[in-house]
Amino acid sequence: MINLIIAIVIGVLILIMAIIAVHHKNIVVGIIAAGVVSLFASILYLLLAAPDVAMTEAAIGSGLSTIIFFYVLNKIKRQNG
Amino acid sequence: MVKNSLIFIVLIGFAVLLADLFVGFNGNTDLNILANHYAVSGPEEVGSANLVTAVVVTYRGLDTLGEVTILFLAAAIVSFLLKVEAGASRNRKLRSTSEILDTASRILVPVIFLFGIYVFINGHLSPGGGFQGGAIIASGLVLMLLAQPAKEVGHKLITLVESISGISFVLIGVAGVLFAAGFLDNKLLPLGTFGTIFSAGVIPVIYIFVGLKVGAELSGIITNLHENQNEA
Repeated sequence: MINLIIAIVIGVLILIMAIIAVHHKNIVVGIIAAGVVSLFASILYLLLAAPDVAMTEAAIGSGLSTIIFFYVLNKIKRQNG
Repeated sequence: MVKNSLIFIVLIGFAVLLADLFVGFNGNTDLNILANHYAVSGPEEVGSANLVTAVVVTYRGLDTLGEVTILFLAAAIVSFLLKVEAGASRNRKLRSTSEILDTASRILVPVIFLFGIYVFINGHLSPGGGFQGGAIIASGLVLMLLAQPAKEVGHKLITLVESISGISFVLIGVAGVLFAAGFLDNKLLPLGTFGTIFSAGVIPVIYIFVGLKVGAELSGIITNLHENQNEA
């Protein structure tokens, strides 16, 4: 029961973060929100008894892809400005 | 306004289509035939304590080879598109980092590398495996590059590790055809005692190579992107 409540709360948080990621004016906030989506998703995978997927999601989804987005954003800004 | 209401109507239609799935869903109480086979005879056929690893490396080993190949292609394309001219990295202007980040990274980076290696060596015993371990090693490299932006990472070393582990992965698969039941068969080595580090046949060996390969590929992507930055 407690797991169900936590899962629903995390699901709602994921939805909020996803909407922020898409609609926020500041693109840096958007990238961080997308990383937080992955972080919450990895907690959800852990609750659903899939620790292997959770590890992948935490390392690649919220760690490496966020950093890669920042590198690319920086490169685009240099080229346009 | 019309556009927004059209989007809304499409979403409603999608919800109606999927409503049947949602209403009819009442969860699986028992495993289906394939999952049941994996769960019941997996431990004695493969000898891996982590069933996910047994499925990923042995039952679906060819898929893993395909995934590693896709990742290799992605890394190759990134390094092709972001080719740095020789000497260009020396004229970069870099932002200086804080003392705290620098000191913390000196302590944390070796620990993160060690944890990544632990994760892929113990892939057949505990959650995790080659992909996870490789990703953890690459995130350690990210921390190192954030703390010391001027540090040069050897491209030759990354390429060497990547190629050797990729070739070894395929050679183990071919050796399975020659000396065991088929491509990537894990009875190439004895199964050993269930639950110990030297068990599960060839799975630990394959996962060490997969971990090194994934770590090298992701590190290659990160270093290529990093060397193209100019903070001026």
